[in-house]
Amino acid sequence: MLQDKDRIFTNLYGQHDPFLNGARARGDWDNTAAILARGRDAIVQEMKDSGLRGRGGAGFPTGLKWSFMPKQADRPCYLVVNADESEPGTCKDRDILRHDPHKLVEGCLVAGFAMGATAAYIYVRGEFYNETVNLKRAIDEAYEAGLIGKNACGSGYDYDVFFHRGAGAYICGEETALIESLEGKKGMPRMKPPFPAGVGLYGCPSTVNNVESIAVAPTILRRGASWFTSLGRQNNTGQKLFCISGHVNKPCNVEEELGIPLKELIEKYAGGVRGGWDNLLAVIPGGASVPLIPKSICDTVLMDFDSLRAVTSGLGTAAVIVMDKSTDVIKAITRLSKFYMHESCGQCTPCREGTGWMWRVMTRMTEGRATVDEIDTLQKVTKQVEGHTICALGDAAAWPIQGLIRHFRPVMEERIAAYKRSAKSMPMAAE
Amino acid sequence: MAKVTIDGIVVDVANGSTILQAAEQAGIEVPRFCYHERLSIAGNCRMCLVEVEKAPPKPIASCSYPVADGMIVHTDSPMVRNGRRGVMEFLLINHPLDCPICDQGGECDLQDQAMGFGADHSRYAENKRAVPDKNLGPLVKTSMNRCIHCTRCIRFITEVAGVPDLGATARGEHMEVGTYVEKALGSELSGNIIDLCPVGALTSKPYAFVARPWELAKVDSIDVLDAVGANIRIDARGTEVLRILPRINEDVNEEWLGDKSRFAIDGLKRRRLDRPWVRENGKLRAATWDEAFATIAAKLKPLSGDRIGAVAGDLVDAESVLALKDLLASLGSGNIDCRQDGAKLDASRRDFYCFNTSIVGIEEADAILIVGANPRKEAPVLNARIRKARLASGLPIGVIGSETDLTYAVTHLGTSPSLLTDLHGDQHDFAKVLADAKKPMIIVGQGALARPDGSAILAAAWRLAAHVGALSADWHGFNVLHTAAGRVGALDLGFVPGPQDKTADVMLGGGVDLLWLLGADGFDPARIAAGTFVVYQGHHGDAGAQRADVILPGAAYTEKSGTYVNTEGRVQRGFRAVYPPGDAREDWTILRAFSAVIGKTLPYDTIEALRARLEQVNPVFGRVGHLPRFGCSDHTGPTGDPAVLSDEPLVSAVANYYVTDPISRSSPTMAACVAAQTEPLMAAE
Repeated sequence: MLQDKDRIFTNLYGQHDPFLNGARARGDWDNTAAILARGRDAIVQEMKDSGLRGRGGAGFPTGLKWSFMPKQADRPCYLVVNADESEPGTCKDRDILRHDPHKLVEGCLVAGFAMGATAAYIYVRGEFYNETVNLKRAIDEAYEAGLIGKNACGSGYDYDVFFHRGAGAYICGEETALIESLEGKKGMPRMKPPFPAGVGLYGCPSTVNNVESIAVAPTILRRGASWFTSLGRQNNTGQKLFCISGHVNKPCNVEEELGIPLKELIEKYAGGVRGGWDNLLAVIPGGASVPLIPKSICDTVLMDFDSLRAVTSGLGTAAVIVMDKSTDVIKAITRLSKFYMHESCGQCTPCREGTGWMWRVMTRMTEGRATVDEIDTLQKVTKQVEGHTICALGDAAAWPIQGLIRHFRPVMEERIAAYKRSAKSMPMAAE
Repeated sequence: MAKVTIDGIVVDVANGSTILQAAEQAGIEVPRFCYHERLSIAGNCRMCLVEVEKAPPKPIASCSYPVADGMIVHTDSPMVRNGRRGVMEFLLINHPLDCPICDQGGECDLQDQAMGFGADHSRYAENKRAVPDKNLGPLVKTSMNRCIHCTRCIRFITEVAGVPDLGATARGEHMEVGTYVEKALGSELSGNIIDLCPVGALTSKPYAFVARPWELAKVDSIDVLDAVGANIRIDARGTEVLRILPRINEDVNEEWLGDKSRFAIDGLKRRRLDRPWVRENGKLRAATWDEAFATIAAKLKPLSGDRIGAVAGDLVDAESVLALKDLLASLGSGNIDCRQDGAKLDASRRDFYCFNTSIVGIEEADAILIVGANPRKEAPVLNARIRKARLASGLPIGVIGSETDLTYAVTHLGTSPSLLTDLHGDQHDFAKVLADAKKPMIIVGQGALARPDGSAILAAAWRLAAHVGALSADWHGFNVLHTAAGRVGALDLGFVPGPQDKTADVMLGGGVDLLWLLGADGFDPARIAAGTFVVYQGHHGDAGAQRADVILPGAAYTEKSGTYVNTEGRVQRGFRAVYPPGDAREDWTILRAFSAVIGKTLPYDTIEALRARLEQVNPVFGRVGHLPRFGCSDHTGPTGDPAVLSDEPLVSAVANYYVTDPISRSSPTMAACVAAQTEPLMAAE
């Protein structure tokens, strides 16, 4: 369990001043020049040693990602910060933006310096208006105090930070779609390769990182990789913001160590499941994109990347969506299917056509107006989408349904049988 | 080079190639919809999935994935087959499968690939998506339900045509391809999206429900509606030409075709001359060939050679031009001219009137100066090549003439021809651009030549070319852009008056008593002096025929085998697709028959014999299709004094792209295009 002294986001709940004075009091911008003075390679190495894995969902090692940036570039390089937080159930970046924006701005400088970037672009979800206001104020303060801009923090390094508001498309949280959108085009993912580290924003080498990954970087560099690795579990080091929502008594955001048992997380911080732990039906542990896990797994599973992968789910953004036994789980997943259909960019075939197909079948499954065979067809369709698309939205649309079929197939079959029973006395509609 | 193994076949491919290109090199077909070798890579159809060993265990889109040395690729593994079948199923779930009523039927990529790679049935039991059709103007018919969102049309119109009229709106399964705000496509190359569309979403509006591809006889030919000489395929059924499609010729038109060349064919069925006519008492009456010939022969008899003249039009084939020249020569006349618009072309040397750099050469150029031409309207396919070069290398392009959108960025220098003098005197910023270029090009349009100071402009342009180093042993940067398909061939055959003979202007103004017009319609017939006896030989009842005293019905380009020389000087040959209507005959045979009537029988009875004569007159006619590149060692310029330039602004020779010649003037489709330029579109029919 995370002790108070190890917390990074000490103003997560906004009780203190989010701006420069408050941030300085919390230790931000404390001798940032000294961090920069260590040099690019040392910073990247420290980040690698810390074992920080990207907090945006995929869990790719952050230090390694930074090291992909060219050492010598003939073009400007950019850091792009993904603040397009749209994953259903996730609300961690939002609290960083509004309550601790200086952590992000300082992180932008440190991370940008480490990868040789000339500027950072923060792409903020369009709906986050008030958050943008705070972020803008933080950026302005940092410029005024000489922390960024020309000769940032007196280090001799010139660095700019810009922010841009999106227009509320989920797909713009995909790194290459975000880049396209930032360039002023329709937000549609690009093909990889080339990866952004080679050809990214405006055709220049770029790295796209999640807000949380960037915001924790200065603290890690101040306190050292060994401190960070002392938290969490092996290969899943450090702390993480968890967003707990759904059928719990006290939904909340909380910073905890990776590897905390799910049950402990929910009972300790979220006031437990509504109606007690035994009333739990299932949990989606990492935002809408990951498969749900039923109570039997929830009893014991640890909240980190590898433990959740072992139970064929994922940590994702660590957005824990709790469903108690009053939930119509088929309907819940159908709603997610509708979300993915709505948010598919329409560029590549499997996702464009498959998300609509899956939603339509799921809609019938909710009523039970289907045959048992169709469950298998649905499973095959999800497999036909998964792994065949340009970006991961196809996978994200397929996984919740796969999780449902994996764990709740009997419920689906019972629904179909119930519909058949009720339909017997009903006249057949002409089809 | 990278060594790649594809299905057990080892191929060496260039670094940076894609797996799909490597597979093509290995002779393995990978199905695809969105990929097109002349467009940017979209990678969105996901049909070209392949399996790569030691890569992530999922199929990879081969169209966009670069090869690596030692890569092992499988294009027919179970994973690949399942992937393709899945993609195919997805493509078909929202496709209407209305093949029986679809014009693409029989030449549809979706049909073919569904047969080859799809499953035999669909598991999709829900309702299909319905998409409203878009009105893209009079040429392209849409059936948007059929669209598979490959975005080829969007990429073509944006990248190749340079007119970003098309795009996608909405997202997910609601994504629609369209023009944002309903409007006619503003490109002269819009018809090509019909060829590019792999399904029946974009089809030809004039050709809608006309024929099935297997009913058509396909004949290779050469387009004559501009001077590029685009290679075409004429699809005909019975006596009717039903459509025209481009053929691939990398040196000329790649695989594009201008809209006029593609869609003006309905003009071939209207206002045709299908029998001889003779004017009696001021009125034309239908006549027989014998009557017509006898009338001309009687008129001809008392005339001396210098009172007889001939003018050749813009669409004529080289064979008829030579037959007419020989006929006039046998009558003792040198009054021949192929420059009906009065263009001051100098026929004394071939590189004075050809597009010497060649069309492929445009891609090597590093600076271009366009003088009095609007290549977008005069030669849209050639303009696409300039755009391609501009996008590839960013070469500077200067324009002297009216300021128009050429689909690429240009430096507009002004409208006055005197700028040529300034450039020559290094008194202009662009002079340095041209001087610094290693391979500069100067393109002179007909708008600069068909004016009183045309000779001066031609000479000034040549002088500038020599001055900036455009004329060297291995680079010829002096170019004349023609608008008439028959012009260069006629110049090659010397169809111009000698020093003592009369030019077209003089002939029209009463310089001759008998004027033979071979398809010459490009002037106001009122200019012909009242007493002149006019013989009009041609295929359309256009300007020339109205003034004629005798009309001899000839054949249009689809109705005869003909040799044409394009603006580059490339000799190309087209074949007959259909027979001329009624009593009309191929033009050279008319001249040959008439020569026998007046006892001056021309010495060829077959087209082969005539072609041997062509080669005898000018050896270039022996070199069909191939065009050698050449430099310029003799810097002596064309006749004309570069000093006497007027300040009259330069304008393009083509006022409206869609109506430039008798065929396009007779075409209702072209008339609709003209209307669409000005009037708002009606709602989709």
